[in-house]
This record gives sequence, C-alpha cells and structure tokens, in this order.
Amino acid sequence: MIAELAYWQSTGIKVGVVLAIIPTGALILGWTFLLKMMSHMQSRFGPMEAGPHGVLQLVADGVKFIQKEDIFPDKADRRVFAMAPIVVLMSTFLLFIVIPAGPDLVIEDLDTGIFFALAVSSLSVLGILMAGWASANKYALLGGLRAAGQLIAYELPLVLAVVGVVIQAGTLSLQGIVGAQATGEIFGFGGLGNPYILTQFIGLLIFLIAAQAELSQTPFDMPVAESEIVGGYMVEYTGFRFLFFFMSEFGTAFAFGAIASTLFLGGWWIPGVDLDAGYMNVLGPAVMFAKIMAVSFLIFWVRFTYPRFREDQLQAIAWKFLIPLSLLNILATGVLKVVL
Amino acid sequence: MPKPSTPALPGFIKGLGVTFRTMMRPAVTKQYPHEKEQPPTRARGVIALKEDNCTVCMLCARSCPDWCIYIEGHKEMAPPKRPGGKPRQVSALDRFDIDYALCMYCGICVDVCPFDALFWTPEYEYSEPRIADLIHDKEKLGDWMETVPDFEAYEAGSEQKVRKVPR
Repeated sequence: MIAELAYWQSTGIKVGVVLAIIPTGALILGWTFLLKMMSHMQSRFGPMEAGPHGVLQLVADGVKFIQKEDIFPDKADRRVFAMAPIVVLMSTFLLFIVIPAGPDLVIEDLDTGIFFALAVSSLSVLGILMAGWASANKYALLGGLRAAGQLIAYELPLVLAVVGVVIQAGTLSLQGIVGAQATGEIFGFGGLGNPYILTQFIGLLIFLIAAQAELSQTPFDMPVAESEIVGGYMVEYTGFRFLFFFMSEFGTAFAFGAIASTLFLGGWWIPGVDLDAGYMNVLGPAVMFAKIMAVSFLIFWVRFTYPRFREDQLQAIAWKFLIPLSLLNILATGVLKVVL
Repeated sequence: MPKPSTPALPGFIKGLGVTFRTMMRPAVTKQYPHEKEQPPTRARGVIALKEDNCTVCMLCARSCPDWCIYIEGHKEMAPPKRPGGKPRQVSALDRFDIDYALCMYCGICVDVCPFDALFWTPEYEYSEPRIADLIHDKEKLGDWMETVPDFEAYEAGSEQKVRKVPR
C-alpha cells in the first residue's frame, strides 16, 4: 500500500510512525516497569492518583518538564549543550528504522539491517560526550567520560554476540533473520522453526548483558550514578532537554527489546502461522509487543535487583569475560555451520 | 576465622528471586486518604486528659523532655465530702496545654502521672495548616478522652488487676 503513495507521502507516514513509537514505547516501559514493577518489588503501590493506577503520571511529568525554565549553565558551550540531547534522541530515532513488526511493516528493510542498527545505537555515545563536555561541570564531565568508556567497551560484545546469529541466519537483514528463524529446522524438525534462543543461548545472554550496559541500566549505571556524581552527564539539564534524555533512555530500551526479540525470539513470527500471510501485518505487531515486554521485563528485573558495579569490575566483565566468551561462541557457531 | 559456608544458590540468583516474590505479594502500604490504617490499640497517637483527675501536681510538666506541657492552676474550696464535714481545699486547672509541635511522643508524662489523668489514644488525624493550632488546650485534650481504648487484659495467670479508663 505504501508503495502506491508518492515518495514524500510515504516518508511523512514513516517519520510520523517513528515519532509516535518513541514516546509511546517510553511511556509504556516507564509506567509498567519504572513506576509499577519497581514499586511492587519494593512492596508499595507507586503512583496511584493520576488515572487508574497512575497510568497518566508520566504524561503529567512530561507536561511539568515542558513548563520548566530552559537553563544554560554560565560557562556552558551553548550550542553543543543544546544539541546534545537531540543527538542522543536521534540515535534512538534511527534505531527504529530497521526494526520489522510484520511482513510489510518495516520502515526500511535494509540489507545490512542489524549492522545499521548497531552502528546508529553507538551514535548516542557522541551525544553523551557532548553533554558531558559542554556542561562545564566536573560531575557531568566525569559522567560523560565514564559513559564513553563503558559504551565503547560493551559495544564489542554486543556486536560479537550478534555475529553468531548472523552466521547462522546467513543474512544481515532483520526481515531475513526473522525468515531464517521461521523456516529453520532443529535436527530436521521444523515444526517450531528455529528461534535462535535455542541455538544461540550464549549469544542471547551476552547480548542482554551488553544491552544492559549500553542502556546504562543498573548494575551498569556508573555514568549516571546518583550517589557519587549526581546524575552524570545529565546533571545540568532541565526541562524538555532532560525529558529528551529520559525519553531516549526508555525509547532505546524499547528498541533494544525489539532487536533482541527479532534476533533471538523469532521477531513478529510465532510457530504455527504463515510467514507471508496478510493477517500477520495485524498479528505481527502484537506478537512483537509481547516479546518486547518479555525482554524488557528481564532488563528491568535485573535493574531493580542489583547494586551497581565498580568501574574496574565493569571493565573486567566486558574485556575479560564477555568478549572471549563471544569469540568462542562465534568460533563454535562457525564450525558447526560448516560441519552440519 | 571459619570460612563462611557457601550458599546453595549463588547470591545473584537468590536476589532475583527475592525481588520477584516481593512483586507477587500485595503491597504493605495503604492508600491513605482513601483507606485508613487501623493502628494497634496501644499506638501513641495523641494524649488525652481527664481533667477531674488532675491535681495540678506538675509532675508531667517537669518530666517532659521537650517542655511542651503548660500548666496553670489555683486552689479553691470544695464542699465537704460528708455532710457536716470541713470544706476541702482542692487544686483546679486554669490551663493545661500540650504543644504537639514540640511533643516527641515519648510518653513520660503518661507514665509519670500518679492520678490517672493522662492517657494515650491511637487517633492520629489532627494535623493543622497553622503550627500554632497544634497547641491543644484542656478542652480539646478532654475531647480526646472519648477515643481512649480500654486497657487490654493481662496474660492468663496474672494477679494484677486490669486498669480501668475513667469515663
């Protein structure tokens, strides 16, 4: 259907969809996990007054943020300071371009989809460094440098964990990976397809740990550690610029949930449905949403359970444990791919 | 020093279990304005005054660590107890104020009162927009007497008689 529209029309629709998905995803994750799940894990209710069970609390908070004064620190590099949150949000925005939610529901099915996704996700490091540097604040600078060190360290296992999936699927396109999982067979049995959570379980584990660090979620929240550097690179931001950081944090969590479910859980496909059927354009997003929520539950469950790592422990986990493990995983996958 | 025994499950998995189980249990907090908590009967909410029992002995005011009890009194003559007897001299209260902005709810005044004039009640809803209104005078402290619960029975076998609240 999109193909019948003029270029500018389809582009408008695509931009609108992505612009709608980021705040919606951030709101859904923020309310379900940050407000409700965390509260119940601490044996309390969380916000209950704004809407039933406080569903509108984050909307109210958003309105509050927009009303606030737009403050620039005295010695801040004004232009870079103003641009940083937009760069961070842009990285989240670009992530959603390649994520498929149905046979026809994908903004742009790039042949190098997963490569593109991982590349643009590391753009956020740039924004964070800009924010840390331009704030002219020692805490912001420390937070920015910590973020850079951490995100670069965990970028590697993230990419290497995906390589196993790519070897097995034989394609970089996310739609191709979903298709490969749907038509795959495990030892000649194709009834369930071959969701890569079964064959790439170690890959999934590495991917989730690295994604946790990429999202700066506890236990990997050294860059924003409130108790020592009072919020890191976000320390000087107020109002809607802070809202941008907040939205991009949860929007990126939503995107990483989507990427993890596409790579390891079969994406918008479930066993027993036809891969190319038209109804998958309706059922697909629902399936995808359920899988995203499951992955996000894991991410936030870990976040609300563990205390934060020390900086050296954090680096040691990436360089001494995750990267060798993911290299072994690639080796094993490659050998098995050739042998079988 | 003996080595600590290794637990059956690694701590980081046990921790996940703790948070998950807590999430599944109902929350312990109450939605306060909509749903009121029932405090235990001997909760220290507010102090009630039985004015008839007070002898203006000042023990409570002197034992108060915060000096938040203000007492003024005078002596007056009361009719004799028996017909034909001598008129008695009694002390009467002019003022008995407790400043709940200062009170730290230690309960020493209640414990020290030898004439059963002060009692704890579990009521807790007496906040005020103006801090000066937290000074409760003797009429207001007397009104709290209605909310004083009966003393609970002692455990079985105790020879002590259960104290009665003067109504």
